[in-house]
Amino acid sequence: MNNGSASFHLVATLGGIAVFSGVLLALTYEVTKPMIARNESEALETAVLEVVPGAVERENYRLDEQGLRKLAKDSTEEANVYAGIDEQGERIGFAFSGEARGYADVIRILYGYDPVQKQVIGLQVLSSNETPGLGDKISKDADFQENFVALDASLTHEIVTVKHGEKTEPWQIDGISGATVSSKAVGQALRDSTHTWVPTLSAALEERK
Amino acid sequence: MSEKPFSDIRMETFTQGLWKDNPVFVMMLGLCPTLAVTNSAMNALAMGLATTFVLICSGLLVSLLRNVIPKQVRIASYIIIIATFVTMADYGIKAISLDVYQALGAFIQLIVVNCIILGRAEAYASKETPGKAMINGAGMGFGFTIALLCLGVVREIMGSGTFFGLQVMPDRFQTWSIFVLPPGGFFVLAGWLVLFSWLQERKVRREAV
Amino acid sequence: MDVNSPTFIFLNAFLINNFVLAMFLGLCPFLGVSGKIKTAGNMGLAVTFVMLVSSVCAFGLNLLLTRYDLEFLRLISYIAVIASAVQLVEMAIKRFSPALFRALGIFLPLITTNCAILGLALFQTAREYNFVQSLAFALGAGAGFSLALVLMAGLREKLELADVPSVARGAALSLMIAGLLSLAFMGFAGLGG
Repeated sequence: MNNGSASFHLVATLGGIAVFSGVLLALTYEVTKPMIARNESEALETAVLEVVPGAVERENYRLDEQGLRKLAKDSTEEANVYAGIDEQGERIGFAFSGEARGYADVIRILYGYDPVQKQVIGLQVLSSNETPGLGDKISKDADFQENFVALDASLTHEIVTVKHGEKTEPWQIDGISGATVSSKAVGQALRDSTHTWVPTLSAALEERK
Repeated sequence: MSEKPFSDIRMETFTQGLWKDNPVFVMMLGLCPTLAVTNSAMNALAMGLATTFVLICSGLLVSLLRNVIPKQVRIASYIIIIATFVTMADYGIKAISLDVYQALGAFIQLIVVNCIILGRAEAYASKETPGKAMINGAGMGFGFTIALLCLGVVREIMGSGTFFGLQVMPDRFQTWSIFVLPPGGFFVLAGWLVLFSWLQERKVRREAV
Repeated sequence: MDVNSPTFIFLNAFLINNFVLAMFLGLCPFLGVSGKIKTAGNMGLAVTFVMLVSSVCAFGLNLLLTRYDLEFLRLISYIAVIASAVQLVEMAIKRFSPALFRALGIFLPLITTNCAILGLALFQTAREYNFVQSLAFALGAGAGFSLALVLMAGLREKLELADVPSVARGAALSLMIAGLLSLAFMGFAGLGG
């Protein structure tokens, strides 16, 4: 067999397989995209209702330099802020996301924010890969969760994580003993996120009045 | 020598991967995911099923193309085919359950370098008919899943006190966290190997008597 | 120490979350390594080099793929890049050190299926490391892999002369040693503050 047709055969086979696989993958991507989006949306819905106590419904918003804009359910624009609506239809709080690098990987959180009291009113760890039995207590430890019922986020002082048992101020987070890095990461995530969103939100709400 | 009936051959092809040539306990292949995702029974099951899916589909495709793929590019072709199905499994799991997807993390995509799959493609699927390749793939996959479950169940019960998420240990039971941590993975697998080795020795001694 | 600094990322991959003993990547060569420390060290060097090359290529590839919205091709392209990197390294070693090439033997092409390399690329992408962080990560991972391999080889060498019960010989023993090493490495938790 002459070399020319042999190499052509090699390239053609590889090329053919590559094309076939590309098509199959593009198909899979398209088919699963709506299902994945729906899953993520449902997970977010549950999380928002948990971090804004009393909320029964979630609304999507977009917050940027132009102000606070409510998004329709099927809007293609990506929401970066969520609001919790209670039974009377009142907007009782907002929900922001945040992230910071923990011990093993990135920790993602969602927290509820009350713009009137300027407080964090609830927090949920969306995803983390922290050490089981130690770092993963940030998701389960009831005492740690207590921190986020009324955490001062007025930004007069930075939100900071302190050692377990040393909390004295309303803007401090009582860390979990034995899980310092993970607790600090949650504090960092809150610190960064509130820095980004609280001033912008306050300004946007002022404008509306 | 008389030909074995077709159904016998099929059965043998399937059971081969379950016990005699169990990918984990006998061939010691695919150890990375075996130790990494078996800290809970659910994760072990999901990983096992995903790997079985890739084994069956890649076995089928490699077997169908066995006379078309030139020898020099066969490994590259197998890898492309395997990677395609792994990506499909990845998106599939994400579409079905976000929780499982986050728990398994990057190890779903690492299925592609699981030596079991490439090994099967090279040693079996490229030489047999599509039917037999699929059955063998299924057998290997089930053997792999069973091995993963052996590890996952023990680690979850001892390390978290639960079985597939359901509490099975009494409240007073202090969980042995080490089991869900990396060292635990190594120890539990070593334990199973010692057990099988002991059973094997007992069998040999009995037969010698 | 800042969690995002390259130094911490290096330490993390090297000791705290050692690639082999904590992340379970690269186990096949780890458990199959012979009792020769020198070979283990050379294997570690080869793997580190492949990791560096793959890390850089994966970083560049990821930029391209995200730009053109082709994320579903990520896995396939990473594998292709790794296979090519291994091929390159193999040719380089063969040319510059034939003795090393012979010593490594079959292990060299097997680096392609070493989950440590692909795992490196995937984790680096998932954690969204920038270029410098990726390099630190690759160096740390390679160093961690080499360290684990050399430790294992050294321990194996000693155990050749020990009296091991027959049921625990072979793979079971290697796994138990690995478990003890992994346990020891957990002591690095909290390093770097």
